[in-house]
Amino acid sequence: MGLRNYLSDVASGVKSLLTGMKVTGRLFLRHHKEKITQQYPDNKDTMVYPERFRGEVVMPHDDNNEHACTGCTACELACPNGTIKIITKFDVTPEGKRKKAIDTFIYHLQLCTMCNLCIEACPTDAIKMAQTFEHSVFDRSQLIKKLNQEGSKIREGVE
Amino acid sequence: MMFSLENITNSIHEWLYANLNATLALIIEFAIIGVLVIGLFAALGLVLIMMERKVSSWMQLRLGPNRVGPGGMFQTVADTIKLIVKEGMTPDRVDKLLFNLAPFIVMVIAMVVMAPIMFAKGFQIWDINIGVLFVLAVSSISVIGILIAGWASNNKYSLLGAMRSGAQIVSYELSAGLSVLAIVVLSGGLRMSTIIDAQQTGWWLFKGHIPAIIAFVIFIIAVTAETNRAPFDLAEAESELTGGFHTEYSGMKFALFFLAEYVNIFVVCAIGATLFLGGWMPFHIGNWQAFNHVMDYIPSSIWFFGKTFLLIFIIMWFRWTFPRLRIDQLLQLEWKYLLPISMFNLLLATVVAIAGWHF
Repeated sequence: MGLRNYLSDVASGVKSLLTGMKVTGRLFLRHHKEKITQQYPDNKDTMVYPERFRGEVVMPHDDNNEHACTGCTACELACPNGTIKIITKFDVTPEGKRKKAIDTFIYHLQLCTMCNLCIEACPTDAIKMAQTFEHSVFDRSQLIKKLNQEGSKIREGVE
Repeated sequence: MMFSLENITNSIHEWLYANLNATLALIIEFAIIGVLVIGLFAALGLVLIMMERKVSSWMQLRLGPNRVGPGGMFQTVADTIKLIVKEGMTPDRVDKLLFNLAPFIVMVIAMVVMAPIMFAKGFQIWDINIGVLFVLAVSSISVIGILIAGWASNNKYSLLGAMRSGAQIVSYELSAGLSVLAIVVLSGGLRMSTIIDAQQTGWWLFKGHIPAIIAFVIFIIAVTAETNRAPFDLAEAESELTGGFHTEYSGMKFALFFLAEYVNIFVVCAIGATLFLGGWMPFHIGNWQAFNHVMDYIPSSIWFFGKTFLLIFIIMWFRWTFPRLRIDQLLQLEWKYLLPISMFNLLLATVVAIAGWHF
């Protein structure tokens, strides 16, 4: 390594260090204007959730208490840690055909890592990620949730 | 009459010697100094930790501590109370004597280094004639405390951290020493008061030309490494060594390590301020009489602490900007860059001093 290389090494090292210090120095000077953290318990009413924040899995129901879940169990198979358990039943259609449907969609919030694989696996977009995050409860049995509402049924036309 | 710490100490000294016999007066002076140093330690711990947390949060656009007291000012007080109340646990299979001794060794050494520092005009514990050498010699002993802590903990992470700390301090002591030597050459003395008096007409950073500036940069880098602070915090390295040499420590014994770290930062920055920024000397510009007069009016203790805290801020700035070095990068930086440059710089400083090129 020649002397010229050595000196240019030192110079470029110093330059990159100063660039870094310039960034933090600038942030230090304008800290009073901008905060990137959410002041959580204080701004509970005005809080802005990031678009892709994942809080828990929910199953949206429309006004007629209908959902889009066919009971295919793709989400249950996709889940890496057994968070979802689907109990199916067979409905009898007016024509007398037996059709698979969900009886209970069980979601274990305490096992869920919010990996989003179940939502990607779902062919009918029946489940999605909600942005709620205040999940603490006094008994963990409360974390086992039934996602399909009482008396709900599959929406017409979803196969 | 201007506020002056020198007058206070002198009047206490005279009063003690006038009213008591010499031995008793000396003992009382020892006690007063001890109380003052311990008080300074406690205050520095609280202020510097608060400062670090606020500086870091502002650089990361966060709020920082904001719950205890106005603007979170009493957060460190609350933390201290918590650490005092906690159980001082000694794990089962450690070397009990050394384990309990280590934090006190680190602490005592940080206290001893305070001795030759001139906090204000004429306000100094001990104006020893080898002041700078004393500081360099004693401050490098603190690695023994860290090594003892790592060894006695009977924990591989502690030992790894302590060993890294040893390698680090042994290497960086060299370039810190050589950069200090450049200033010693320029001012022609090791005594703290000599060095400060030499800066009457201007601080070495300004009137020492290039060698002083290079020495200042190397000194700041080397003392950052010596105090085990990021980006040279391999001895602690939370993410790899779970805390390094103080992994097994808790409660007040951990707090002593923590406090010693911050006091060491203060001490090295005080040395830096003394050597390069003129200690308690006010800022003067050539022949601007009016300006110089206004500067003289600010008490010397404020000048000293202002300069020291400026350097502390720079070191904190480093910490919250640069990522941690690997151990090989750390040694490479010292042996391949800082040491050759500071050796060359010492030569340059000698030439400047002999030729009288400084102002």
